[in-house]
Amino acid sequence: MVCAKISVPILQSSLSERRTKLKQSNLHGEFFLQGNVACAEAAVSAGCRFFGGYPITPASEIAERMAFRLPQVGGAFVQFEDEIGSMASILGASWAGVKSMTASSGPGISLMLENIGLGIMMEAPCVIVNVQRGSPSTGLPTSWGQSDMMQARFGSHGDYGVIALAPKSPQEYFDLTVKAFNFSEKYRLPVFVMSDAVVGHMTEKVVIPPVEELEIIDRKYTDKKPEDYHPYEIKKGDWVPDFAKAGDGYLYHSTGLTHDHRGYPDMSEKCHVQLVNRLIDKIKKNIDDISMVEERDLEGADVIVVSYGITSRTVVPGINLAKKKGIKVGYLRLITVWPFPEQKIRDLAKKVKGFVVPEINMGQVVIDVERCAGCVKTISVPHPGGGLHKPEDIARAIEEVAYAK
Amino acid sequence: MQNNEPKHPMEQYLRMDRMPHIWCSSCGLGSVVTAFMKGMKRAGIDLNKVVVVSGIGCTGRVAGYVKLDSYHTTHGRAIPFATGLKMANRDLTVAVISGDGDLFAIGGNHLIHAARRNLDLNVICVNNFIYGMTGGQNAPTTPLEAYSSTAPYGNYEHPFNLVGLAAAAGASYVARWTALHLQRIQDSVEVMANKKGFCFMEIVSPCSTVFARKNKGGTGLDLLQEYKQRAIIDHSANPTEIPLDMDGEMVCGVFVNEEKLTFWENVQKGISRKVKRHPLYVEDKKTQY
Repeated sequence: MVCAKISVPILQSSLSERRTKLKQSNLHGEFFLQGNVACAEAAVSAGCRFFGGYPITPASEIAERMAFRLPQVGGAFVQFEDEIGSMASILGASWAGVKSMTASSGPGISLMLENIGLGIMMEAPCVIVNVQRGSPSTGLPTSWGQSDMMQARFGSHGDYGVIALAPKSPQEYFDLTVKAFNFSEKYRLPVFVMSDAVVGHMTEKVVIPPVEELEIIDRKYTDKKPEDYHPYEIKKGDWVPDFAKAGDGYLYHSTGLTHDHRGYPDMSEKCHVQLVNRLIDKIKKNIDDISMVEERDLEGADVIVVSYGITSRTVVPGINLAKKKGIKVGYLRLITVWPFPEQKIRDLAKKVKGFVVPEINMGQVVIDVERCAGCVKTISVPHPGGGLHKPEDIARAIEEVAYAK
Repeated sequence: MQNNEPKHPMEQYLRMDRMPHIWCSSCGLGSVVTAFMKGMKRAGIDLNKVVVVSGIGCTGRVAGYVKLDSYHTTHGRAIPFATGLKMANRDLTVAVISGDGDLFAIGGNHLIHAARRNLDLNVICVNNFIYGMTGGQNAPTTPLEAYSSTAPYGNYEHPFNLVGLAAAAGASYVARWTALHLQRIQDSVEVMANKKGFCFMEIVSPCSTVFARKNKGGTGLDLLQEYKQRAIIDHSANPTEIPLDMDGEMVCGVFVNEEKLTFWENVQKGISRKVKRHPLYVEDKKTQY
C-alpha cells in the first residue's frame, strides 16, 4: 500500500488546489466493501477532515476506518469520552471551516440531541450518521431497526427543519453520505444519514468515482470585509447566511441563544419568531431540491407501497406476490425521508386506493403518509426490529387495501 | 456612549455595543475578562487567531463580550467544542472560559479527558463556589456546610479541589489565582497562550449576589477583602493538597508547568509508524492513495 504524503490541512487552499489534493487522497475504483466503510470513504471523498466519535455497535467501523484514513489526508480523528463530546466537537471543527462528521447508533444519538440543536441554531454544517439498531434503550446492539426516524425529525427540543437520508445499500450509503455533506454545506445544518445495522454491515460492490467526478458542494464563504460582516445576515430572497470561519479576522460571535443578525442574544418575540421560522423555512421552501424519491410502476397503480432504507429491498418479493394476484402495485422509496414529500403523497392519493407503509418500527413515517393521504386508506406494516418483513405480510397488507370496500 | 464620557481602556477588545453587561456589580468576571484580554495582548499573538469558547452560566457569557471569534455553546460542552476547533485548525489559539459548575459538574468528564490527552487548550475556570445565574444552587465546589438554594441545611458534599483534579488528570500547566491577582492572571494568560498542551487556571471569584448573601459574606467588597486576607502564594505547594474551604487559606500560585508531548504531536509521531492492518482494510492493486 502506498501512503499519501501527509498533506497540510486542506483549508485555505483554492478549489482547484483542493481538488488536486483530494484526488491524491480519494480511494477510487471498484470494491467489495462493507457499508460502514463505504460511508467513511464517502466522507473522505466529500472532503471531511474531522471525525469525533465514540465506539458503539453497529457504527464503530466508521470510526475505525476514519481513524485509519484521516491522518493520511491531513485530517484529525479524535475518539471522545462520550457521544456528547463527539457531537460538540464536530460543531467546533465545522466553525474552523472543516467538514466534519460523527457516527453513532440509538443510545449515542440520544446523547447527541442537545448539541444537534446547537448545530441547528448556530447553523454549523456537519453530518451525523445513525446506524440504527433495535430499540428502545440498549435494545439490540447487533441487530437492526428503523425506529429512530421520528427522533431524527423531532429529537432535539424545539422546532426546526431537518434533513435525513436513508440508504438501502453500501453503494447508496456512499452516494448519500456525499449528498449529506452537500446538503449540510448548502443549507448549513447538521444532516442525518439514517442507515441501519443491515446496510452498515452488509458487503456489496461499491463503485467509487475519482473525486473530480463527484459533485461536491462547499459552504458559501462571505465576500464581505470583516467590518461589514454579520454572521446571520440574510440576503433578500435567500435562506442561508454567508459563512466566515474562525481565525480569519471576522471576530464574530455565535450562540445557541436566540440571536439577531449580529449573532448577539436577542430575547424579543420578534427576533425569535423570525429566527425559528427561517430555520424551518430554509428546508421547507427548498424541498424540491432536497427531496429524492425512487418510483416504480406508479402509473395506474391501485396500491402504493411506501418504504425507505433496507425495508425497500425486503418489500419487493411481497409486491411481486401481490402482482401475481393481479393487483396493480406501485413502489415509492423515500431516499430523503425528511423533509417529507407531502405534495407527492397528496397528488398520488388522488389516484390510488391506498398506501401500504412497511417500516422496521411500530409506525413512524406512516403518520406522515396518513396525514397527507387524507381519506385514502393507509395501512402500516410494523415490525419492532431484529427481523425483516416477510413477503406474505406485505402482500396481505396490499390485498387489504386493494380489496377494501 | 457620549464623547465626553471616559472610555474604557480595553474598548477595542470588547464588544461595547453589548454593554452594559449582565454581571452584578462587584462580581469578579468583569476584571477577569479585562485581565484575560490584556494577557492575550501581551502574549504577542495575532488576536484574529484567538478563539474563545464558553459554556452556560454567568461565566458562559464571557464569549459574548470579547471582540474575538467566540462561541457560546451548550452547558458543559465548551471543551469538546474547542477540541474540534483546535484539531480542525491547529493555528488557532483556543481558550475555554467557563464556570466551576459548567466545567466540573456537567462538563467534568470532558475536562479530565482533555487534560489526559494533553490537548492544546487553555482552560480558565472562574470559580465562585456556586451556581450564580440559576439562583445560587449547590455546585461541585461549594464548601462543606456552606448554604445554597439546594442545600438549605448546609452542603453535605465534599467539594472538588479543581487544581488537584486538573494536575492529577495530566494537565501541563496548572495555576490558581483569585480575582484580585489581576497581574498574576495576565501573566498566566500570557504563559498559557504561548504554551503547548493542556493549560488550566482556576480563578477564585466573588459572587456577592448569591454566595455572599446565603453565607453572610456581606457585600461583594467584603468578600473581596476576605479573599485578599485568605490568599497566600506558594508555587511549591502540591496542588492535590490545597483544597478550598469556607475560612482557611487560599493557596495560590503556579503549581504545574511542565513540557510533554501534546495530542497533536503524538498524532504526528504516530503517522510515521507502520500502520496496523485492519480487517476492514481495502486494497486495490490499481488504486493508490
